[in-house]
Amino acid sequence: MGSPDKNMLLDWYRQMVLIREFEETCHRLYEEKRITGVYLHLYSGHEASGVGSMAALRKTDHVITAYRDHGIALILGMDPKAVMAEMMGKKTGSSGGKGGSMHLASKDHNFWGGYAIVGGHLPLAAGIALEARYNGKDDVTMTYVGDGATNNGYFHESLNMSAIWDLPVIWIIENNGYGMGTEVERASGQTELYRKAEAYGIKSFGRVDAQNALEVYAVASKAVEYARENGPAVIEHVTYRYRGHGVSDKQYDAREDMSAELKEWMATREPIKILRDCIEEMHGDVSEMLARHEADAKRIVAESVKFAESSELPSSRQELLRNTYVPSELVHKTAQSIGAGID
Amino acid sequence: MAARNVAMREAIRRALREEMQRDENVFVMGEEVAYWQGTHRVTRGFLEEFGERRVRDTPISEMAIGGVAVGAAMAGLRPVAEFMTINFAFLALDAIANHAAKVRYFFDGMFKVPLVYRAASGWGNQATASHSHAPEPIFAHFPGLYVGCPSNSLDAYGMLKASIRDDNPVLFTESIALYPKPSPMPDDLDEDSLIPIGKGDIKREGSDVTLVAYARGVDWALQAARNLARDGVDAEVVDLRWLRPLDMALVYDSFKKTNRCVIVEESLPMYSFGGEIAALLQENMFDYMDAPIKRVAAEDVPLPYSKEIELLALPNAQKVVDAVKEIL
Ligand SMILES: Cc1ncc(C[n+]2csc(CCOP(=O)(O)OP(=O)(O)O)c2C)c(N)n1
Ligand SMILES: [Mg+2]
Repeated sequence: MGSPDKNMLLDWYRQMVLIREFEETCHRLYEEKRITGVYLHLYSGHEASGVGSMAALRKTDHVITAYRDHGIALILGMDPKAVMAEMMGKKTGSSGGKGGSMHLASKDHNFWGGYAIVGGHLPLAAGIALEARYNGKDDVTMTYVGDGATNNGYFHESLNMSAIWDLPVIWIIENNGYGMGTEVERASGQTELYRKAEAYGIKSFGRVDAQNALEVYAVASKAVEYARENGPAVIEHVTYRYRGHGVSDKQYDAREDMSAELKEWMATREPIKILRDCIEEMHGDVSEMLARHEADAKRIVAESVKFAESSELPSSRQELLRNTYVPSELVHKTAQSIGAGID
Repeated sequence: MAARNVAMREAIRRALREEMQRDENVFVMGEEVAYWQGTHRVTRGFLEEFGERRVRDTPISEMAIGGVAVGAAMAGLRPVAEFMTINFAFLALDAIANHAAKVRYFFDGMFKVPLVYRAASGWGNQATASHSHAPEPIFAHFPGLYVGCPSNSLDAYGMLKASIRDDNPVLFTESIALYPKPSPMPDDLDEDSLIPIGKGDIKREGSDVTLVAYARGVDWALQAARNLARDGVDAEVVDLRWLRPLDMALVYDSFKKTNRCVIVEESLPMYSFGGEIAALLQENMFDYMDAPIKRVAAEDVPLPYSKEIELLALPNAQKVVDAVKEIL
């Protein structure tokens, strides 16, 4: 893949402002109790990490991530209405309201979902990639994993297995400096996180400034190409979370060192501004186009909120129980679970 | 005796803190227990008071949290290892079930494993399926491990202290829903007021039906008992407090009086606490039984995010009242 052309860059801008608008809206709706629950992990600040790397994929490739999944869903082209409805637990949500913020997925987009147990999705990623290897397809599985998750057994077992079986996974470690309130330096003996993958013999593409979508794209393109032909690859994305760990983690707001650090990142390494500057440098004044994308993002997100709020909540026992099991002819007719599986 | 209302979170913090002051070998480890002051604020102030040696943040490494505690305990320390929530203790199930619970047995008494695993438990608030478990009975399945599940502040205080001082491994669960709940603690509480491991408690006396519960189920049972009282039904509430060992003598005494029983739990219904208690009652109290034993538990389904169907799945006081009315 060559360097991105003007249209591609403008489209990245569109994606990034859409994510930012969506996430900041979620944050506001949560404060207003229009989105409820305890978990809502926002992708604000991370935009270039997802946008730049997924731009290196083709339609048949696969994507999987953890609970910080809204941005990933939007980049893949999931309908913001269905995503917002999922935030509100509505029937029209992408998972019918069953999954919520942490469990977005879309089969149509080869998005295998967001997962809430730290590291839990990593072996799934290897399994999805195994299918491609097994059936001789050259599709890759792009897998996002946090810095904190690299200290979990799931990470090590999955990476090692991907190496010995040459599975086409691109392990993208999104290093945003923290797992909840713990700095990378206090959680990981090896602080250059891509080196953990190197230890398993995985091809490393090193560390990337993930606030710069162009740099992310350049490296991801090489890693994808490598993985398609050979086997697993690793990239460490250095990024930052703008809204703390998640909405219910108020202690984050109390730490002065963290809020000073956040200001610094926003002032000097803001991903949307960096992209904008790059586009202008390469293609001159595009402010009209950018303004249009910004206005569109506002309109699209506002419509998604309207749609979500006017949708119904699932409320019946039948909806509660549905999809615990695949309905099957192979199950003895009179065998019973107490409740689950009654359709 | 003068008493003051104290949130369960505060009672647990106080018990833990006093035990750390009392015994230099007691230390805490877990995710976010030190610098972030504890995800549930239980260990607030501990880092400042006890320092990094005794208040240890861990990486997100549950398997190691579970197993490091076993090794440290075998070697003579008295770890109190925290799982941020009990959902994550599933990752450590092997260390808990195969090592904490069995090391003493398979070396025929050579070692002891004086550790406590603390874990925040329960469901609600749209935490979603993988973060919505009250799986205490799973852990109570394994001989060699004790399981304590307090329902109020005073119990939590005395139970945690006994758990820390005992030389056996204990899984101590703390209902997230009960953390902020105030209940009375006497002002002149003795630092050595322990609640014996395996001792249940009658939380309300009554003569018409026995409600057996633990942890958050006790709240639903007590609320149901108050509602039933308005209809002239006098329910006795037995809080077992520990799932292992099990104070069945207390249940039997109550049952001999009431001859009817409803079992209340937050957990799932199949292969459950309710199933265990019901089986023991029919084996041992058959002659006293005037009606089928009823069980109130969560719906047999993973918990959804969406709030109305989430509430449908949860047990509550009304479901307890309905179950009692079916057997009166
Ligand atoms: C097995 C497990 N342990 C603990 C948690 C609680 N938890 C949720 S997210 C998180 C931090 C993860 O940090 P990181 O991997 O860096 O991802 P980030 O949130 O920064 O994107 C923790 C400890 C969990 N969900 N699962
Ligand atoms: Mg992180």
